[in-house]
Amino acid sequence: MQVENTEFRPKIVAFCCNWCSYAGADLAGSSRLAYPADVKIIRVPCSCRVNPMFILRAFQRGADGVILCGCHPGDCHYTTGNYYARRRMTLLFSMLDYLGVEKGRTRVEWVSAAEGVKFSTTMNEFVAKIHELGKNVRLEDLRCKN
Amino acid sequence: MQELITRAKELLADGTVSRVLGWKKGDLGWDPEPAYFDKAEELENFIYNPFCGANLSKYLIAAGKLEGTTLVFLKPCDTYSFNQLVKEHRVKKDKTYIIGVGCHGTLDPEKIRNTGVKGIADAVLEGDRVRLNTLYGDKEAAAAEVLLDRCLVCKGKTHVVCDELIGAEPGEEAGPGELAVNRFAQVEELENLPPEERFAFWQEQLSRCIRCNACRNVCPACSCLKCVFDSSQFDSNQKANADTFEEQMFHIIRAFHVAGRCTDCGECSRVCPESIPLHLLNRKFIKDIDTFYGEYQAGADTESKGPLTDFTFEDVEPGIIAERGGGR
Amino acid sequence: MYRVKKDRLTELFTSVSKVQDLFLPLRKCDQTNYGLWTPEETFDLDTLKTVKSAKDCFFPQSEVLYRCRKEDGKISIDPQQLCDRPFVVFGMRACDVKAVEVLDRVFLSDPVDSFYKARREHGTIVSMACHEPEETCFCRNFEIDPAAPGADVETWLTEDSLYWKPLTEKGEALTAAAEEFLEKTEDGDKTVEEEQTAIRGIVEKLPLSHLDLSRFKQENTMELFDSPLWEEMYKPCLACGTCTFVCPTCQCYDIRDFDAGKNGVQRYRCWDSCMYSDFTMMAHGNMRTSQMQRFRQRFMHKLVYYPANNDGLYSCVGCGRCVSKCPASLNIVKVIKKLGGEA
Repeated sequence: MQVENTEFRPKIVAFCCNWCSYAGADLAGSSRLAYPADVKIIRVPCSCRVNPMFILRAFQRGADGVILCGCHPGDCHYTTGNYYARRRMTLLFSMLDYLGVEKGRTRVEWVSAAEGVKFSTTMNEFVAKIHELGKNVRLEDLRCKN
Repeated sequence: MQELITRAKELLADGTVSRVLGWKKGDLGWDPEPAYFDKAEELENFIYNPFCGANLSKYLIAAGKLEGTTLVFLKPCDTYSFNQLVKEHRVKKDKTYIIGVGCHGTLDPEKIRNTGVKGIADAVLEGDRVRLNTLYGDKEAAAAEVLLDRCLVCKGKTHVVCDELIGAEPGEEAGPGELAVNRFAQVEELENLPPEERFAFWQEQLSRCIRCNACRNVCPACSCLKCVFDSSQFDSNQKANADTFEEQMFHIIRAFHVAGRCTDCGECSRVCPESIPLHLLNRKFIKDIDTFYGEYQAGADTESKGPLTDFTFEDVEPGIIAERGGGR
Repeated sequence: MYRVKKDRLTELFTSVSKVQDLFLPLRKCDQTNYGLWTPEETFDLDTLKTVKSAKDCFFPQSEVLYRCRKEDGKISIDPQQLCDRPFVVFGMRACDVKAVEVLDRVFLSDPVDSFYKARREHGTIVSMACHEPEETCFCRNFEIDPAAPGADVETWLTEDSLYWKPLTEKGEALTAAAEEFLEKTEDGDKTVEEEQTAIRGIVEKLPLSHLDLSRFKQENTMELFDSPLWEEMYKPCLACGTCTFVCPTCQCYDIRDFDAGKNGVQRYRCWDSCMYSDFTMMAHGNMRTSQMQRFRQRFMHKLVYYPANNDGLYSCVGCGRCVSKCPASLNIVKVIKKLGGEA
């Protein structure tokens, strides 16, 4: 007999900058702090490497939520990258909201290399939020769905 | 109009300019085409009337590569696009001689047809009325109903850059008077809808997109040599809206790429064969930029930093969208 | 000749749509385009020209050809099902009907395009005469009569009725299926004739109805190709695909792959435009390197190459969509006038 698993398991993509947030995720891991396995981390050199298309692509390929993590403003490894990312993401998220996409599906959080705890709580919160919102259907590509 | 032709002939004759970029008479009265005039006698076909909606500034990228100076006629709102192109080093001011032409609003043949008028031969704008001369007799329409969307929120009659003015007074009153409305009114209206309705609205609009790329190709801010949607190096090069996602992707990225550089010239909506209100996407970005980073008009000058190539330490966090809703 | 009262059209459509797919010009957001009709949709038979032609019904803008999937180290190929449902396209104008003939010659000649063929076999075309031709129309130049549009069933819409005349077997079958709504009429012929005279009268007077096509012949190919006028004409062209995509006869397509991850790869075809810079892109590079060459290709194809291969049939039907939609107000009429020596 086959048991069908109908429970919703969200897919979350987390873009993490190499210098702070990725190290933060590492710290969360080595400190044995739990965060859901639904979060798939993609390492980027800097939060400003993420262009709006990355975010849209993630949704197209089946993500239910996308989160971008970078160094705290002022701490960017490249001095100012995250300031640009901040403006871009503000505008992009506002546009997605304008098009009717649920505004909780996207998020930006600044996580330093020392903030393993923050990384884990952020991810837990975000996954909970996506659970609440359910499957992403407004930015989906049917060709990528089962 | 005669004044423009005479002046163009003078400038051609004395060698100030090598060619003229203007509008040429079409076959039907409402379809003048952007055109180059190399010789004085060709200027007999020059026309300037309320159907000359085309913004000529983007042609200057190509014209700039030609020998000599190009004389171009720009309406007040076109000059913003020109400035923006100068700022982005896409055109050179010193290869261009600009004659600022007066403008009392440009007409949308599609809107005129939608009011049931056929066979348009000519149109004259008189205050808030338009007198239409058609194959089936004289007709009249309210200007507000047949002006291009951009003219309903006119930026004003000031040319932000020009070498001389013809048919326009410096510092003339902005906007066609009472026609000028709050340019963000439509954006606000959408913002105030519940998300499901906003989604349905855009779904209906964008589903008509035929991916002809006219909005992109006409846009003075879209000046990349190779667009990400055309390049075989990327898988964004899908060419058709094979899925609704492709529609959303194309239009979000198109609007995003010109965010902070879009002067709100409205060419995208003017050329859309399916009449999709594309300017509402661009205007949303302009509105957000104004609220979050201070009022900014792209193309108003050639020096200032664009909002997306600039920042302050105190900028709002992206979380603000989720907290208060992008709605307001 | 049959007749349906205008106010019974919805009933007629409802009954047809129960057994077949019915494509009608639908009004959405102030625009009219062909689409699958359901009783919730608003049809619009008054707008003369839909934005896009009815070409989509037979040759959609994008369609999947097959899907490939890799499972357990094996590749499976799953071809797309061919159209197997009968459908009706209602309200096509004479120009669009003629355009189907242009497409037929391309897709139904060897090698036959099976996707197109399946749709043509299953589709019934009900045409409709143009009550009020517009100033952008120039079908007269291509010997198309908007007063007798042809196809499987011809119809004329007057003030209060739709006159219906089956012309082919398929048309007869549809007429039999819709019998309860169609009443035989004796005086219909007279009404239709009056309508036809009126339409033909207007067509004669249209500004673009009298173009000189005499120079567009095969023997002039090289002369036209080398004309210096192209260099003048192409300049305002924005290189968008509007003219191509609203055109009822443009038939070029591209074949592309979409990588859907674990869902495998979808191979689909979509309309392409000769105005696009990657249109002739091949492994060695692109042999059309300037917009002038691309612009020339479009019009040479329509007016010279296609007729040379198809018994003189032009691949323009004078619908005038490009005339009203080109962002830079360029169009085939301007080309015909200029190259044909009129302007």
